[in-house]
Amino acid sequence: MNRATFAQSLSVSLPVGAYGIAFGAASVAAGFSVLQSCLISLLTFSGASQFALVGVMGSGGSALSATATASLLGTRNLLYGLQMAPLLRTRRLKKVIAAQLTIDESTGVAISQEKNGPRAMAQGFWYTGIGVYIFWNLFTLIGALGAQAMGDPATFGLDAAVPAAFLGLIWPRLTGRTERVLAVCALAMALALTPYVPAGVPIISTAVLAVLFGLRGRVWR
Amino acid sequence: MSALWVGLIATSVIAFLLKYLGHSVPERWMSHPRVLKINSMIPIALLSALVAVQTFTTDKSLVVDQRLAGLAVAVIALILRAPFAVVVISAAATSAALYHLQ
Repeated sequence: MNRATFAQSLSVSLPVGAYGIAFGAASVAAGFSVLQSCLISLLTFSGASQFALVGVMGSGGSALSATATASLLGTRNLLYGLQMAPLLRTRRLKKVIAAQLTIDESTGVAISQEKNGPRAMAQGFWYTGIGVYIFWNLFTLIGALGAQAMGDPATFGLDAAVPAAFLGLIWPRLTGRTERVLAVCALAMALALTPYVPAGVPIISTAVLAVLFGLRGRVWR
Repeated sequence: MSALWVGLIATSVIAFLLKYLGHSVPERWMSHPRVLKINSMIPIALLSALVAVQTFTTDKSLVVDQRLAGLAVAVIALILRAPFAVVVISAAATSAALYHLQ
């Protein structure tokens, strides 16, 4: 075992996993049961997609708009898989497990180990992927049970904790002017559409802005 | 089957298929810079929209209530580079305090 890689994996997976508390609580506040919340973390295992699923359904959106929003957020895992596959060289069952563990953090730690060679990169992927999987699911259960005990989401401020958690998720990405302008435009567009279209639609509609800003990003620099 | 179960199963199946597809197709298929750029913009747009809807709406109407105060505190905490737990808990505490004062 490579101790330096292991230490980095643990330092990433524990705090990220602890964030599962926020997901478990958000999920129960949105109307999912404790069992359903745990299944989402075990099966979907991708933070942003999970928050989108419970966020859209919790605000009254249909299963279709919730799934579409969550799936758009999951497309980056596809890109991570492209990067990781040549490194891991897995087959059959191991490939299924590697795919399920392909998330922001496992890919991030693998890439950060580039200077230590492909073996350390693959180790970073596995340690972090397995570590986050264990902690994320454990803390989802704790958060879901906690929220179930609390009852009305507004009583303990869970109604504000959920958007605050989302904000914490995107904050590190708002590095440049393009990203910030996009965030404000998406916020305004979603609110402007809310009174006129079915719940969930205002959120997924902002994907159009992502495409426009992705294509024309240079205009803003 | 309830809508929640449909959302749960559909999201999980698609999430896995996207991941598995990434491990199965040649890298050059998706590595166009424009695709990568759009892909990095998607979470920013969708999650910002989610923040907006969860903070400012109830059903289909726009409202300003204790959640906005909670979110404002979260923004301050983020600017001060507070750890994630502090961001969430300070937002929750602010919102809960105002909710009980009303």
